[in-house]
Amino acid sequence: MSDNRLSVLKTYKLFVGGKFPRSESGRVYEVTDAKGKWLANAPLASRKDARDAVVAARKAFGGWSGATAYNRGQILYRVAEMLEGRRDQFVHEVADAGGVSKSKATAQVDAAIDRWVWYAGWSDKTTQIAGSANPVAGPYFNLSSPEPTGVVALLAPQDSSFLGLVSVIAPAIVTGNTTIVIAAEGAPLPALSLAEVLATSDLPGGVVNVLSGRTAEIAAPLAAHQDVNAIDLAGADPELATELEKAAAENLKRVLRPQPVDWTADPGTGRLLTFLETKTVWHPMGA
Amino acid sequence: MPVFEYAPAPESRAVVDIAPSYGLFIDGEFTEAGDGKVFKTLSPSSEEALSEVAQAGVEDVDRAVKAARKAFETWSALPGAERAKYLFRIARIIQERSRELAVLESLDNGKPIRESRDADLPLVAAHFFYYAGWADKLAYAGYGADPRPLGVAGQIIPWNFPLLMLAWKIAPALATGNTVVLKPAETTPLSALFFADICRQAGLPKGVVNIVTGDGSTGAELVAHPGIDKVAFTGSTEVGKAIARTVAGTKKKVTLELGGKAANIVFDDAPIDQAVEGIIGGIFFNQGHVCCAGSRLLVQESVQDELLDALKRRMSTLRVGDPLDKNTDIGAINSAEQLARIRTLADAGEAEGAERWAPQCELPSSGYWFAPTLFTGVTQAHRIAREEIFGPVLSVLTFRTPEEAVAKANNTPYGLSAGIWTEKGSRILWMANKLRAGVVWSNTFNKFDPASPFGGYKESGYGREGGRHGLEAYLDV
Repeated sequence: MSDNRLSVLKTYKLFVGGKFPRSESGRVYEVTDAKGKWLANAPLASRKDARDAVVAARKAFGGWSGATAYNRGQILYRVAEMLEGRRDQFVHEVADAGGVSKSKATAQVDAAIDRWVWYAGWSDKTTQIAGSANPVAGPYFNLSSPEPTGVVALLAPQDSSFLGLVSVIAPAIVTGNTTIVIAAEGAPLPALSLAEVLATSDLPGGVVNVLSGRTAEIAAPLAAHQDVNAIDLAGADPELATELEKAAAENLKRVLRPQPVDWTADPGTGRLLTFLETKTVWHPMGA
Repeated sequence: MPVFEYAPAPESRAVVDIAPSYGLFIDGEFTEAGDGKVFKTLSPSSEEALSEVAQAGVEDVDRAVKAARKAFETWSALPGAERAKYLFRIARIIQERSRELAVLESLDNGKPIRESRDADLPLVAAHFFYYAGWADKLAYAGYGADPRPLGVAGQIIPWNFPLLMLAWKIAPALATGNTVVLKPAETTPLSALFFADICRQAGLPKGVVNIVTGDGSTGAELVAHPGIDKVAFTGSTEVGKAIARTVAGTKKKVTLELGGKAANIVFDDAPIDQAVEGIIGGIFFNQGHVCCAGSRLLVQESVQDELLDALKRRMSTLRVGDPLDKNTDIGAINSAEQLARIRTLADAGEAEGAERWAPQCELPSSGYWFAPTLFTGVTQAHRIAREEIFGPVLSVLTFRTPEEAVAKANNTPYGLSAGIWTEKGSRILWMANKLRAGVVWSNTFNKFDPASPFGGYKESGYGREGGRHGLEAYLDV
């Protein structure tokens, strides 16, 4: 590559239903690095984009929640494989986005790849740790099993554009939920690039939908949407979180309130078990 | 068909001694409301005033929360094994006093003594036994090595199973080391006040359980009180949503067990007689005042006529009347307000074009009564197919294929329970997998057990009560 070659810039796009559309609004916003240098224009998603993403997520729910746990685990592992191959690109984007050194960015990307592997392994174990056989006082078979809650809106953390992002997506989808992710407002590029990885990892379209733009603008219609079952408020400040939690009450969405999280630490099973419903099935026993 | 006449077989009222008035149970003492306000609780089968109870106001709720906060320090520090023994004591005293409590419950609520005696009370005692055993085993429950209690729990319970809902709330809360302020329903406060006496007999430290009686405003004060760490509510979806809005932006943990519109699905290969019994129990148990009632019957078209004939025959044998009569199948509707709601929805069913049927049935002249009622020709758009009636009213819809049954069953904002009747095992498991509901009863209905988690999907609320899962609601995890 000659020094004076003009590079080809990437047009960053949304990721909805497995496709890469521009915002229906035609809007974009400037994304800069920590020093204010222009990096790219990102789509400024609208309320309509949010609603389209919900439709895509709902459409994907039956197939994804009905896939075998083994299959979902294979696909999450495939995401890790695809990321490994594009490691340098993500190190570069995370360094720019967070204004951190290359070594720190490398550590975050490595941790994010390892996190996909960790969650991939949970696919066929969650039911065993969260379910139970119940010894009821009568001649009945009685079994409780976790099932995915449904369509989950995820407000990605604002302070960790990639490791934090992966840490909210992977636990939600490994159990069979489908998601609409709002990328970190000031640093959306790693999320938009992750979409390209997800699109080539055998993940069915619509399981993860990625929107970039103003978090408050996109989150409001999602929190109020009647066909969204749960919302993770990781990326909301306290005032926005309260407003969204109130809107979410309208159809009794499950709400994960924002709390301080060290994204580099062992994530535990908290997020994994949050977006699950316990179903208990009874049947009489008799010869 | 000859009708068998039964001689009256009333359970004696003498076993229960209801005082003319009751105060609030705060910090181990019965006390009057700060502003001296009271209200009457009626027996819905006779409209007789049973007693007068205090209406807790904002200051009373505050007093109760402070008492619970103070008690929390010592109660949560107590070794689990000691907390367990208090709960075992409570369970045993409930068993000893179960006849008295069953009669009391039937008087205040209107439910048949057969049900309060054989369902409510045994389940109440069993619930305390179950959670007593957890109190010193929390480290093994899967919530970390040393899971901590939340603090003070504000608990609001409905009128359909007054003492059982109290047990569902108080037993896990105390086992995990929380203290509670509980508000019983306005129309059924008495068994909770008797429970206060059981706490006294068990020697439970004062302030661990506080009972504040009152109407919805008392409940709203409790939910909004800044001194509580947990809200547990069983009741309507409408109030549940208001609670979810109230706690937004706080650190309060919430569990909500709300309404339902369960589908009870009968396939053409189902054992019809068993299915009929399951349908009857599913909708007429407790006058249909059951959030998980099988209020939508989905019957496969090919057996519709046979099933409905059998169902009508069986409905004709149901005995409606005196809740204290041991032969009574269906007791009184809990309140005039609820009766009005049931009438409104049943009338809407007729007005919207569904066909109404009820057996010949003589209803008592005083009290609140509604005959067991069936609607056929119901469409999914009818109010009686969409709204929770919470009464002895069954809406019948039909389907042809399992896929259609699933689509219709899931076509509701609720998701509490569902029933499946078929002899085909693989179909049961397929259906159970597709139904978006927290409890699925196959070839049975309305079964409950303290070891079995209970709670809903979607607008039926969140969190589970019962079983290991029920501990999470009261732990800081």
